[in-house]
Amino acid sequence: MREFGYQRAHDVPGALAVLGADPEARALGGGTNLVDLMKAGVERPALLVDLRDLPLDRIEATDDGGLRIGATVSNSDLAAHPEVRRRYPALTQAVLAGASGQLRNMATVGGNLLQRTRCGYFTDLSKPCNKRTPGSGCPAVEGEHRNHAILGASAHCVAVHPSDMGVALAAFDAVVSYETADGPGEVPLAEFYLPVGDTPHQETALPPGALITAVTLPPAPVAALSRYRKVRERASYAFAIGSAAAALDVRDGVVHDVRLAFGAVASRPWRAREAERVLIGGPASAEAFGTAADAELAAAQALPDNGYKVTLMRNLVVALLTELAEEAGR
Amino acid sequence: MALSTSSAITLNINGEKHALPVDHRTTLLDALRERLDLTGTKKGCDQGQCGACTVLLDGRRTVSCLQLAVAAEGREITTIEGVADGERLHPVQQAFLDLDGYQCGYCTPGQICSAIAVIEEHAAGWPSAATADVRPGPEVPPLTAEEIRERMSGNLCRCGAYVSIVQAVARAAGAEVTGDAEVTA
Repeated sequence: MREFGYQRAHDVPGALAVLGADPEARALGGGTNLVDLMKAGVERPALLVDLRDLPLDRIEATDDGGLRIGATVSNSDLAAHPEVRRRYPALTQAVLAGASGQLRNMATVGGNLLQRTRCGYFTDLSKPCNKRTPGSGCPAVEGEHRNHAILGASAHCVAVHPSDMGVALAAFDAVVSYETADGPGEVPLAEFYLPVGDTPHQETALPPGALITAVTLPPAPVAALSRYRKVRERASYAFAIGSAAAALDVRDGVVHDVRLAFGAVASRPWRAREAERVLIGGPASAEAFGTAADAELAAAQALPDNGYKVTLMRNLVVALLTELAEEAGR
Repeated sequence: MALSTSSAITLNINGEKHALPVDHRTTLLDALRERLDLTGTKKGCDQGQCGACTVLLDGRRTVSCLQLAVAAEGREITTIEGVADGERLHPVQQAFLDLDGYQCGYCTPGQICSAIAVIEEHAAGWPSAATADVRPGPEVPPLTAEEIRERMSGNLCRCGAYVSIVQAVARAAGAEVTGDAEVTA
């Protein structure tokens, strides 16, 4: 591991000043991904700015009925918060579906959004990777890609974003707030992750030197009836091979409102807007749920070994929405 | 100005202060084992995946292999050496002994530190991925075998002593284990 300096920031302006002064400085949240990547040599910061003492560790109700989640709130505290569990239960389920109890205690909300892909080529310095070394190539396209993207990928990168939390945040129209030396800004989660194209190393819309300060959830009554379902290769403590967050409001058998987002199928949490569009105003039936899933997945471009994900996601959508429709009817 | 890549820090471990200089690259795990001779905390994968290095930071379970020692300054660190009350074992330690919650024992310190926190997290009402309804209710759902397995899934045991581990955690929690890991003792 490269040697590095360490500073503990005590307020946001102080953190921004240090981060802005050194392009090789990196913010340290829980460190569960960053420290691991530093050990592997993928990340080589000259300076770590520890954010743990920043006053960004609170979850507050907003005036309009949403929630503002501080960037350094731990994954554990987010999942356990009574208002998150009551208003956005799929968010609690998504967070609890990720990692382990130990890692959730350490990991922060901001860090969860900024975690890197777990593509094996990205973390293997002996292999090319366009995300790690732009222009070096993507061995996954013709190599090991069983768990890789079926939506929104390019010939330059087929890696998936590993976050569970982000899938629920995408379904509920979360907005990411940040601070820069020039002032604050915000970007909807839907626009937070950049299209892959031929620049897979440019992952987010955050300006250089920016610090995520909060994630805000707008009020979403539909989210009170919501679920997150994760498919993985063992029962617990594994990354998803496909997941979905869904919320459903059915009135007289008709879909009044619906939210749907997919995980582990793209370089970002994938909001299934086409499926939502097909569902709104139609019947809450398994057939309609399947038709909607097909509409979303029509854009899928499977590689030789990950075509199973198209079927998996279709089945997942039908099962999840059917369960929610049954619960809505009770 | 060249940045210093080391710091003189003080770690508060099991109620005792330990002053030591550390290279910033030093993990808490390596500081404990290699610098302070607290070798009860074990190094397994060193990648945050096995849980053998689990310690409590301000009472919360943490994998010490991904925790930089310099970033642990100012926090209360509890290792397996600090969970007993003098000669009196912690109830989780006693339960692991009584119910053979191990075979080779290498993962056991991490299992025990994790289990201590699991019991507290459950008592505090934290749901898990095994909790059917995560919405807050008047009662905390029981700590079933399924709940214990899910909550302990960050601790791997290559000997496969899981059946006894689940029983030991349930015993220590005072829970009545139902399902496929029934406690009969």
